Amino acid sequence: MPEPLHLKDHSLEGRIFAYRLVVAAALVMGLSLLLVARFYNLQVTNHQDYATQSDRNRVHVQSIPPIRGLIYDRNGVLLADNRPSYTLSIVKERVADLDTTLALLQSLVEVSPGERENFAKRLKQRRRPFEAVPLRYRLNEEEIARIAVNEYRLEGVEVEAQLVRHYPLGSLLAHSVGYVGRISDRELSAFDEDQYRRYSGTHIIGKIGLEKQYESVLLGEVGYQNVETNARGRVLRVLEQTSPRPGKNLNLHLDIELQRAGFAALGDNRGALVAIDVASGGILAMVSTPSYDPNLFVTGISYKDYRELNESLDLPLFDRALQGQYPPGSTLKPVLGLGGLQHKVIDTEFGINDPGFYQLEGEERLYRDWTWRKKRDGHGSHVDLHMAIQQSCDTFYYDLAFRMGIDLMHQVGSEFGLGQRTGVDIPSERAGLWPSRQWKRGARGLHWFPGDSLNVGLGQGDVLTTPLQLASMTATLAARGERRAPRLVKAVDGIDVVPGAVKGAVADSPHWDYVFNAMKDVVHSARGTAQGIGRGAKYLMAGKTGTAQVVGIKQGEDYDEDAVAERQRDHALFVGFAPYEAPAIAVAVILENAGSGSAAAAPIARNMFDAFMAQENRELAGVREGED
Amino acid sequence: MSPAGQDFLRRMPEASSDLRRPLGLWRRIHVDPPLLLALLLLTGYGLVVLYSASGQNLYYLRRQMVFFVIAYCMMFTVAQVRMHVLERWAPWLYLGGVGLLVLVLFFGTGAKGAQRWLSLGGFRFQPSEILKLAVPIAVATYLAQRILPPRFKHVIWTLMLILIPTALIMRQPDLGTSLLIAASGLIVLFFAGLPWGYMFGALGTLVVGSWPMWQFVLRDYQKQRILTLLNPEADKLGAGWNIIQSKTAIGSGGLDGKGWLNGTQSQLDFLPEGHTDFIIAVLAEEFGLVGVLVLMALYLWVIVRGLTIAFNAQDTFSRLLAGSVTITFFVYVFVNMGMVAGMLPVVGVPLPLVSHGGTSIVTMMMGFGLLMAIGTERRRGTQ
Repeated sequence: MPEPLHLKDHSLEGRIFAYRLVVAAALVMGLSLLLVARFYNLQVTNHQDYATQSDRNRVHVQSIPPIRGLIYDRNGVLLADNRPSYTLSIVKERVADLDTTLALLQSLVEVSPGERENFAKRLKQRRRPFEAVPLRYRLNEEEIARIAVNEYRLEGVEVEAQLVRHYPLGSLLAHSVGYVGRISDRELSAFDEDQYRRYSGTHIIGKIGLEKQYESVLLGEVGYQNVETNARGRVLRVLEQTSPRPGKNLNLHLDIELQRAGFAALGDNRGALVAIDVASGGILAMVSTPSYDPNLFVTGISYKDYRELNESLDLPLFDRALQGQYPPGSTLKPVLGLGGLQHKVIDTEFGINDPGFYQLEGEERLYRDWTWRKKRDGHGSHVDLHMAIQQSCDTFYYDLAFRMGIDLMHQVGSEFGLGQRTGVDIPSERAGLWPSRQWKRGARGLHWFPGDSLNVGLGQGDVLTTPLQLASMTATLAARGERRAPRLVKAVDGIDVVPGAVKGAVADSPHWDYVFNAMKDVVHSARGTAQGIGRGAKYLMAGKTGTAQVVGIKQGEDYDEDAVAERQRDHALFVGFAPYEAPAIAVAVILENAGSGSAAAAPIARNMFDAFMAQENRELAGVREGED
Repeated sequence: MSPAGQDFLRRMPEASSDLRRPLGLWRRIHVDPPLLLALLLLTGYGLVVLYSASGQNLYYLRRQMVFFVIAYCMMFTVAQVRMHVLERWAPWLYLGGVGLLVLVLFFGTGAKGAQRWLSLGGFRFQPSEILKLAVPIAVATYLAQRILPPRFKHVIWTLMLILIPTALIMRQPDLGTSLLIAASGLIVLFFAGLPWGYMFGALGTLVVGSWPMWQFVLRDYQKQRILTLLNPEADKLGAGWNIIQSKTAIGSGGLDGKGWLNGTQSQLDFLPEGHTDFIIAVLAEEFGLVGVLVLMALYLWVIVRGLTIAFNAQDTFSRLLAGSVTITFFVYVFVNMGMVAGMLPVVGVPLPLVSHGGTSIVTMMMGFGLLMAIGTERRRGTQ
């Protein structure tokens, strides 16, 4: 079949083309109108929104972090300050390839694996967009220069001068002053609106100790500046500024010389001591050993360092002064004896015959005196309260405890703050345990037995106290019944903190003199349990030793110090105050697993008294030096 | 005089006037003054905007001016070409262009994962630019020799002509350019009278076929661009940044703009690619809707003039080519402005004659050279 002949029809082609041209022109017009409509929509209808958006782009509100308040001891020695430190940080949003940038940085400055790890951790945390994430702190001049030279290759890398918290005295005050650290995810998510605002320029927060307790005072008020930035976040000019208000400074009751003396005296032992100014309740020294360097935590502690601290058997992170709960042992004797006198359970004439043990009527069990393992004849045929305190006669106190009963003992001990938080101005204080009938019924579901009272009377059994509680108890005793909440902070920005409420009142009774006298003889008489420390002192002190059992000794079994593993040995305690005539400083010392209080703990208290008296009375110190 | 003769005479003066009137200067040098004026205004306007968009960088301005000089020279040169000569050379132009594209696949250089450039002794160029003109010329040549409207067989051959270079350029990969080149060829087909049924059929197929396209053909970054268009807010700092910033720039410009060199979005570097693909955002921010309308008016002036030339063209080839060049130019304008305004996906299409960038300007002006050649060509019969 022949193909049909087709001829080009020029006029048809022309008509088709003309028609299509009209269609095309119409399409062009339609689409152009669409474009114009779109631009009209953006530029006129929604102009206001986009104008706002554009300004928000251009003008950034930047927070200016306030300078954190400083912490001084009572004599103006700086305990916590802020030091300029050059920090290398990275704005992730501006870095094209993080791995390349990190590799390059590592060729320029040293970045430890721990720092890498912390950086990775911080990167994963919630943060504001375009917020710089620190990689390395404390760059030196040379490192800064090397980064500056390579700046063109390091988009998104910043070197900022920051103030970093610094603790010049390091481990000396780790537990009391505490430390700051980077705000954690958990802390951040617990923030309310106002906190979120206050911390908008700040990356650190107090973690423990005073730094935590006084966080809101130390923080200060954030400042703002409106800045014009370009898209890369570079500030081109500051439009307006509200200056930040620096945090307030803290002045402590703490005396760094006393703190040093206590720290040195405790040495390598596990232990704690607290020294309290009797008149004000101010804490003069508070030591817990072993300690650690709080500076490690400021910029983020490495995993290895942390594990080392955390897993040490000596528990350096544990604040023994506030959180360590120990049986007080015989250190309770003066308080209970005083209670016995005041409530007329006994009088000063009262005495017992001490065979070296005590027996409850109708019970087999022998409650033995501590002297039992040396000699089996007790303290004598007539032991009165004075002697019972001086020589720490357990038999007398078994008898006294039985006579007083738990209810009266509970009342007396509570008046001295046992079993309660002292209300000190640092967080995480433990309350200890001062048993009562109600407590035993609630906690154990058991009735109170007379034997329980005997244990309480000896500061054993369920009784637990913190070193701070013991110091506070001793200070209350020294103040003749006036109980003040112990405090670390004396003044905020030079304005004295109103002292805590006083409980109890000065009891001007002869009973106090009697007990004080007995406590003086603990130190200054030949038969006193701590007579070793009284020698050579140019002032008089009063005290009481204590030895707290770590493991119970079974009936009929002897306690052999050498045979007991080191960590099961008794804790050594001592409480005391000085000078005897006008008590100014009260001290409580505990040494874990150090054996008896008289040998181990009492000399440490003497050190503290000496240091205090030297501070308090230069002339006295001068005289003594002259004599030596 | 007979009525017939009168008829003849009545028609004669129009036709003969065209033939007999001595050729004007413009016509003799093959320049179309209205088109030239519009182009001069456009390029001038473009330089003003570019100066601001480049952060008052004289380097870009000087470079662009050099390109313009070259582009105008090329335009005048191309304007001298006779259409029947072009038709004769069309196959070679096309084959040469495709050949270079194949070379790019093997020896090309480029950046950001794309191979688009061919280096010849220090001189770099994009062969895809040649195809921007070679494809419509080849398609117009092919169709002009067929009986129109084209039959199915010819449509298929035409599509093959279009598809080969399009696919090669897509491989580089350069989605924007390949789609524009495909468009320039398809526009010729449209003007040649492609039956409406075919068009709607193809459109339907495209809609149905978009799923496998999405699954197997599009690259991740291309998919990302489409997803970003649909919801730019989702990825504010990454893919959506460009669109959010350009919309903010345009919208904040308002009716009369923030003033020349005063656009904060562009001057503070919030707007990426402000001197190239996103330059309309700078214009819109600094000159406002008024500035956008002026630009649109200039573009429409060029397009109306181009369509007029196409309408008056002497033969089918010239008509088809002129129509394609003009409408392709509009497609550039529409795609670029639509993309910057957040209506279309971000495909790398410059704003014609305003965006910084050499080769595309030269190609575009050569296209206008073709329009001028067509518009000033004398009737073939009188030669």
